[in-house]
Amino acid sequence: MSGTDLLQAIVDGVLTGGVYALMAAGLTLIFGVMDIINIAQGVMVVLGAYLSYELSVHLGIGLLPGLLITVPVMFALGMAIEFCFMRRLREQDRTQMSILVTYAVAIVIEGVLTAIFGVDYQQLHASYVDSSVHILGFYLPYIYLIGFGLAVVLLMALYYGLYRTKFGRSVRASLQNRTAADLIGIDVNRVRTISVGIGVAVTAVGGMVFGATNSFNPNTGYDLISRLLAIVILGGMGSIGGAMGAAIFLLVINDVVAVAWSPTWAPLVYFAALVLVLSFRPQGMFGREAVRAQ
Amino acid sequence: MGIFRRCLVAGSAAATVALLAACGGSSSSSSGSGGGSGAGPVTIGTSLSLSGDFAADGQAFQRGYELWAADQNSKGGLLGRKVKLDVLSDASSPSQVVSNYQKLIASNKDPLVFGPFSTLLTVPSARVAARYGYAFVEGAGAGPAVFGQGLHNVFSVQIPIKNDLVTMAQWVASLPAAQRPKTAAYATVNDPFTQPQIPVAQKILQDAGVKTVLSKVFPAEVTDYTPIASQVASTHADLVVLGAVDVPTVSAFTHAFIQQHFNPKAFIATAGPDQGAQFIKAVGAGNETGIFVPGIWFGGFKKPDSQQMVKEYIAKYGGTPSDVNADVAEAYAVGQVMAQAVHATNSIDNQKIINYLHSGVTLDSVIGPVKFDSTGENTVGKALTFQWQKGQLVQALPIATPGSHTPLYPKPPWKG
Repeated sequence: MSGTDLLQAIVDGVLTGGVYALMAAGLTLIFGVMDIINIAQGVMVVLGAYLSYELSVHLGIGLLPGLLITVPVMFALGMAIEFCFMRRLREQDRTQMSILVTYAVAIVIEGVLTAIFGVDYQQLHASYVDSSVHILGFYLPYIYLIGFGLAVVLLMALYYGLYRTKFGRSVRASLQNRTAADLIGIDVNRVRTISVGIGVAVTAVGGMVFGATNSFNPNTGYDLISRLLAIVILGGMGSIGGAMGAAIFLLVINDVVAVAWSPTWAPLVYFAALVLVLSFRPQGMFGREAVRAQ
Repeated sequence: MGIFRRCLVAGSAAATVALLAACGGSSSSSSGSGGGSGAGPVTIGTSLSLSGDFAADGQAFQRGYELWAADQNSKGGLLGRKVKLDVLSDASSPSQVVSNYQKLIASNKDPLVFGPFSTLLTVPSARVAARYGYAFVEGAGAGPAVFGQGLHNVFSVQIPIKNDLVTMAQWVASLPAAQRPKTAAYATVNDPFTQPQIPVAQKILQDAGVKTVLSKVFPAEVTDYTPIASQVASTHADLVVLGAVDVPTVSAFTHAFIQQHFNPKAFIATAGPDQGAQFIKAVGAGNETGIFVPGIWFGGFKKPDSQQMVKEYIAKYGGTPSDVNADVAEAYAVGQVMAQAVHATNSIDNQKIINYLHSGVTLDSVIGPVKFDSTGENTVGKALTFQWQKGQLVQALPIATPGSHTPLYPKPPWKG
């Protein structure tokens, strides 16, 4: 293994980490706002990829312009899921029950996708998917640069929305004390519904980038969820910036181990790193309490 | 607030429609109810990967079994009784496939069973069939792990997969020194289907002076192929041998190679390029050109019953011969072998079928002749190598074989 290989692995890890952060952002937002662990996140990423695929192949709408349609559609879907399923959960066992409920949601979405598209693999194509720019001896694929850029912009927007706007204050107030939030006039149900909508909407962007960098079928989402959960837990459940940091940290470790040692050991080291960090910081890189207090 | 409420109503309606659609679309398996005796249908049980990692292959297998059953029924069925399939889904899980065969045999009392998809699932399910004394004719479990169990009931219509890459390796070794690749990179998923193939080819190539510059094994659960593919690209190897079991793996390496401006002189993958249209969709039209894949069958296979099967497949599912992947033919061949055994023994008694298949008889199938040795390996099938040329998967190796097209070498540039 040469030094160039190692540097390439680090660069790959950073860029791929951006894509994973994009996919994990919705997961961490929904948990942060509602204490709901969304097991359907991986399947929703795939749903986002299929929406982009439909627009691209059948309507000729490019992947990036298509986001103007897929993001609102996913926003509406997220709100519908919150209204129909998540809102019905009792406060005292919301987190545990959410795993079962969102797993059911995942199965329904997977079933619908299978009924419509079958199980053949698909992939999103655009001129910039296979192109790359040559910088300092490295070929950097445009699609990963675009994914990384979208991750930075969207996560910053989410951070701003949560911590610098009136709506964000409402979200955090209802999170810290629902009764108090009710008393000061915050419509907690409405805040939660919109928050889940935003979380799912962000996933549309992650789905587009995922679909352009990986072949997918309706079953693909299950391979993603364990890694996305690891990112969210390491970053601190509910922390937007933590998701970005954890995604890059874990993917760089994964890629460096795959190149320097063996790809067989990369997943082990990936999850070992998670365990190690949590041993010293059980709350993750950016603990939830700290997040909520910002 | 009004808009908000309207969004909720619309969202709820969409979710309801989705739920109803899912309920209507997920009944992919049928239940069986025996059929071991009497004049009723002969029920043949099988477990297939209709979801999970092998879903595409599993569903192709289902089509192959169904095409065979329809053809067999049009010819009078088995011993004058209609054939009925009892398909359970194993979700590509080695534990579920065991439960399924126990259910098919012990609970549903299906008198005959067919194998599942993949070596990974054939290994545990063959043990279940052996415990009940069932003949286990299968079309997708030809890894050494299947035949190394010492079972007497397994019969694979595929040829032993460890030799799949031999034709390609021998052809490379036979090239004039000036044209022969100087270096080769090997990357394979840790799967019992792919791993045994690599060392055999690697030895032939090394003996021919093709230097190994990289040899990597990666886990089946990997979700990000970028670092491995980038490392292969950085070697600038003339030949890339990829041990893959599915389309996503080959697609990920292909896209990474294009992004890294790396175009090897030859690129062969153990599976994936044989998946017809969905492979082209994944790698992008034009990028498939020049990619090799080993196998024993392809859509253009010149054999009358094979051509008839392809015609029926296209009539039912559409597409072109290149869209019919080898899984369909292998499943169909399983049915043909079982039918010949049943008619020869005039029985659906599994022990008689096992004895007959071990008798050294040569049987006919859409993928060619089938003859089993004492371990159940098909000893007469020939390994071929196919290559994508002008949007069609064509037979390219061995070069002297009738019907072979001249291999595209070196591989043309990626279309990008």
